[in-house]
Amino acid sequence: MQIHVSEADGTPYYTQVVQQIKHLVASGRLTSGERLPPVRKLAEQLLINPNTVARAYRELESEGVVASKRGSGVFVSDSGSPLSTKEKQRILHDRVDSLLVAARQLGVDMDSLLTTIAQRDKKLGNPSTKTK
Amino acid sequence: MSENVIEVRGLTRQFGRKTALNDIALSIPRGEVFGLVGENGAGKTTLLKHLLGLFNAQSGSVTVFGLDPVANPEEVLGRIGYLSEDRDLPDWMNVQDLIKFTAAFYSNWDSAYAEDLRQTFDLQPKQKVKSLSRGQRARIGLLLALAHRPELLILDEPSSGLDPVVRRDILGAIIRTVADEGRTVLFSSHLLDEVQRVADRVALIHHGEVVLSESLDDVLNSHCWLIARFPESLNEPPLIEGVLRGEGEGREWTILCNGKRQKVEQQLHALRAEIVEQRTPSLEEIFIARAGSIPAKQHSS
Repeated sequence: MQIHVSEADGTPYYTQVVQQIKHLVASGRLTSGERLPPVRKLAEQLLINPNTVARAYRELESEGVVASKRGSGVFVSDSGSPLSTKEKQRILHDRVDSLLVAARQLGVDMDSLLTTIAQRDKKLGNPSTKTK
Repeated sequence: MSENVIEVRGLTRQFGRKTALNDIALSIPRGEVFGLVGENGAGKTTLLKHLLGLFNAQSGSVTVFGLDPVANPEEVLGRIGYLSEDRDLPDWMNVQDLIKFTAAFYSNWDSAYAEDLRQTFDLQPKQKVKSLSRGQRARIGLLLALAHRPELLILDEPSSGLDPVVRRDILGAIIRTVADEGRTVLFSSHLLDEVQRVADRVALIHHGEVVLSESLDDVLNSHCWLIARFPESLNEPPLIEGVLRGEGEGREWTILCNGKRQKVEQQLHALRAEIVEQRTPSLEEIFIARAGSIPAKQHSS
């Protein structure tokens, strides 16, 4: 599991940890049953307070993203990340919103924006249509 | 145990006519990382020296582990690991001898851990302390502070003047120390991004007074940056209650609000201003604004 935190992000470290782990689960880079690194190890890796990591894990647990098994660690929930659809939506909404803001500031209308998206999708080879 | 490891009440210290500490009150709970921040000369080192029993309280009280550090130096210092700001080490010793020499003072010295740290920090046993680089000096100081596995680790400006690699070692040591249940870390620093990374609680000392002492979360959550766009150009920051700092020109102003965000938003609304952006400030931004907004009661040279 590779995550990174930054002071420049403008959100508290524990929120960054929560969001990035959710992101990894939503994008399939963390799969159900996979074990998260121990609190102490992740704290040392990210150079942040262990209490911050512990708090992020508690929050993920209360939201059902992970479950802790006594003595053996914290694992991605078997229920297959109940939040993943919602979380995917949330991540997309954020990105779409910033795209819309940029488009408005540049005076690009909706039709041109949609055309641009379709063009870029083509250019990127559109891998998502192959997997789904 | 959830008692406070350090309890300071009404501590005042004068050096001649200069007040170095004025009515300081601080409680540091067990198991937390406590960051002490403030400008150079604000009184941080003087405060730490009281905790170590190097200064007697002129007025007020200082207790560490429930004891007076001046009256019980052995009992208190045996449970503290301390890294001083000036890293005063005996230059004439070599690394190996310095470790042995220091070990003799502590009944609970962990030789295996000391050796482990020596290897991690890449310190050569036969090297003279005098010839160590600044970073290696900090590392041996850290080793000596950690190897008796103290209940309380006090670091005075541990990262000052060090390269990022050594700073990583120091942050790592703080994290490992507090990850061992029940241990407490108190460190002073002017590198606020580091404080923001590792501290549970922070206190800002300004001209010898504690002007803010809260959990880091509360500090960060109670402040926010707003960018407001006003209907007309302003020549100076708008006068709004609850605003610590305002910067900008013309119609757009960035303001740092302190706690009462709704109230600030209401006032902006009354001025027909629109909030166009908002974000959480960093600890550094908060402290610069805080320290800047407090008039000095006296000027130290």
